[in-house]
Amino acid sequence: MGFFLTILTLVVALGLAWRYLGSYMAAVFDGRVHFLGFIERPIYRMLGTSPEQEQTWKRYAGALVVFSAVSIAFTYVILRIQGSLPLNPQHQGNVGSALSFNTASSFVTNTNWQNYGGETTMSYFSQIGALTVQQFVSPAVGIAVAITMVRGFARRNSPTIGNFWVDITRCMFYILLPIAFIAGIIFVGEGAVETLAGTITFHDALNGVVQTIPRGPIGFMEAIKQLGTNGGGFLDQNSSTTFENPTGLTNWLSIFLLLSIPFALTYTFGKMVGSIRHGAALLAAMVLLFGIWVGFTSNAEHQNNPAVAAAGVHSTVGNMEGKEVRFGDTTTALFGVSSTMTSTGSADGAYDSFTPVGGLGLLSGMMLGEVTPGGTGSGLYTMLVYAIIAVFIGGLMIGRTPEYLGKKIQAKEIKLAGLAALVMPITVLIVTALAVSLAAGRLGPENLGPHGFTEILYGLTSQGNNNGSAFGGLSGNSPFYNVIGAIDMLLGRFAIMIPCLALGGSLAAKNVVPESLGTFRTDNGMFVGLVIGVILIIGGLTFFPAISLGPIVEQLSHLRFF
Amino acid sequence: MLAHLRRSLVMAVFCLVFFGFVYAFAGTGVAQVLFPFHANGSVTKNGSLLIGQNWSSPKWFHGRPDDAGPYAANAKNNVAGGDNPLVANGSHGESAATNLGPRSKLLETNTKALVAYWHNLGVKPTIDLVTTSGSGYDPDISALDATVQIPMVAKATGISPAHLRTLIAQQTHPAQWGFMGSSFIDVLQLNEGLAKLEK
Repeated sequence: MGFFLTILTLVVALGLAWRYLGSYMAAVFDGRVHFLGFIERPIYRMLGTSPEQEQTWKRYAGALVVFSAVSIAFTYVILRIQGSLPLNPQHQGNVGSALSFNTASSFVTNTNWQNYGGETTMSYFSQIGALTVQQFVSPAVGIAVAITMVRGFARRNSPTIGNFWVDITRCMFYILLPIAFIAGIIFVGEGAVETLAGTITFHDALNGVVQTIPRGPIGFMEAIKQLGTNGGGFLDQNSSTTFENPTGLTNWLSIFLLLSIPFALTYTFGKMVGSIRHGAALLAAMVLLFGIWVGFTSNAEHQNNPAVAAAGVHSTVGNMEGKEVRFGDTTTALFGVSSTMTSTGSADGAYDSFTPVGGLGLLSGMMLGEVTPGGTGSGLYTMLVYAIIAVFIGGLMIGRTPEYLGKKIQAKEIKLAGLAALVMPITVLIVTALAVSLAAGRLGPENLGPHGFTEILYGLTSQGNNNGSAFGGLSGNSPFYNVIGAIDMLLGRFAIMIPCLALGGSLAAKNVVPESLGTFRTDNGMFVGLVIGVILIIGGLTFFPAISLGPIVEQLSHLRFF
Repeated sequence: MLAHLRRSLVMAVFCLVFFGFVYAFAGTGVAQVLFPFHANGSVTKNGSLLIGQNWSSPKWFHGRPDDAGPYAANAKNNVAGGDNPLVANGSHGESAATNLGPRSKLLETNTKALVAYWHNLGVKPTIDLVTTSGSGYDPDISALDATVQIPMVAKATGISPAHLRTLIAQQTHPAQWGFMGSSFIDVLQLNEGLAKLEK
């Protein structure tokens, strides 16, 4: 009953966010919202740009790549010298070079994969100045790319697709900052910690226990961590810790925040291209797949943990290994699916200890390419790539030049879309093959048997999809995993973004073909089915052999333990 | 290219200052003014309400067998764990789960040891009492988890089971707003209530 109400309230709240946040975001990117103009204008002056100075897709991509490189450099340098910087009450030393490179790539690509334990590695300066900053910047960059693709469909004969600096500035100030700040207050009001005072030590007279507990500016980082589908928490165990995610309400709020922008962007898309129905069609494909995944993952987690059951304890409340009492089994599974299907990667339980099928739900949720609903921005732009492929397939079936929203989809667009869709599976499978072939890679997993393989596959799938969640048993802080993971993350981000920007540019330059009777409809149930088919074929079938070796073997090896 | 670089540097510095420090400091300021108790870690006289502790004596209700729990680094019980010295002994450490998979032999062995531990104390353990949490310091147990410990606590303290049942009922928090998450008991609060009964 509680779980049902959780779902119901989330559906209502997300429905409202879809309609109103979606429409608000369209107004922001159309330049119709101005209430923070007094902050915006000085920034544009400092940058020497203005909303009127639009960029071609190449200049847009150039700005994005250079800015991302500078962001990686800033993050890297701060981590390397944090020992000499202020705001370090726990006296953390400098972070090593391989780990700093991995972490910088991770936060700039919106992945937030963490090969470190936050409370034992990062100074407050790093958490604030290196990591939280990127939790604002990286979702803004993702959303900006999605918006340029939307503009590609919305504009006609346009050589330009927007101004990168204006888009990210507006996104951060009008969308991310206000929502994150309000959510941060709620997090702290519920019990999340927000202090600069360092650790606290106390002595419990009842049981004689002495505890020293690390604290920090956690609550407000938590808000942007979820809202921006970042996922990298202050503490090692992320949202399962009470200091990050203290209550059932903050858990609900986390799920809401991380789903809100990715779902709402489909409304923004519909609004900007002048057909809400088209946005709703993409939303329907996302929601259908998301619902199925929630169903089977939460059902799987409501079962006994095989190893615990073998020890003679049968559960009435599902698999509680690695889960928190205040959240329970199904809600943790819902959080897990929300977090892995949005490229957030935060965790309110230990995903490594999920049942084989539950773990498969999380893993395969990422393998679909992070489109259901996917990350902030990245979900929409990857979904549009899949939609273009679906249109192409539909066009082949009926023998007509494919069109989407009146734009002819020609060889160039299909090549770009194909590239964007294939980069992730190819990268993930190659790096996974490398990791299991090399001794350095095989040193990583903690668990034995098929679960050990799943830990490697999960880790590299997560990084390649810019998700950032982990099967925590994988020891990722080795030079091998730090470097290969960083490459995985950078390709998974930029090798998809750049073709998407090119697509946006190419589409914006086209004129619109008037709709005729023979036009293949792209706003009805048939099209939704086609898009789902494309997602399942690219994500599901590509990875089927790999998941057969991991979670499927694990599930089928009845009564065997490793 | 140079224009991109110059703008990138300006933007990166601006974001560092504004979305890093202004955001975090403003947040901390607001939090410290509005919710000082929560913002500083929900710390009461005997510890934080949000961090599990090591309750090893049968005179107290026990929490979950986390690193911070009664079995932390207990070689005698042959239980893995104790990689979280932070909570148990006061030195630096971090939150951590076991990360053992659902078909892990080690998880099976550890669970068997935990079952034996509880049987020695005269408790028929529930699932929460033989599994570790995600954070490694889950401060909560369910009402059922507390109820099964009544014989142990009643025997050690001499308080009647009926009183303990009342105490558990008083300390049980329903799921927030009736549906968010699960019903739970904060072990520290429960034991503070127990200490009052003993007086």
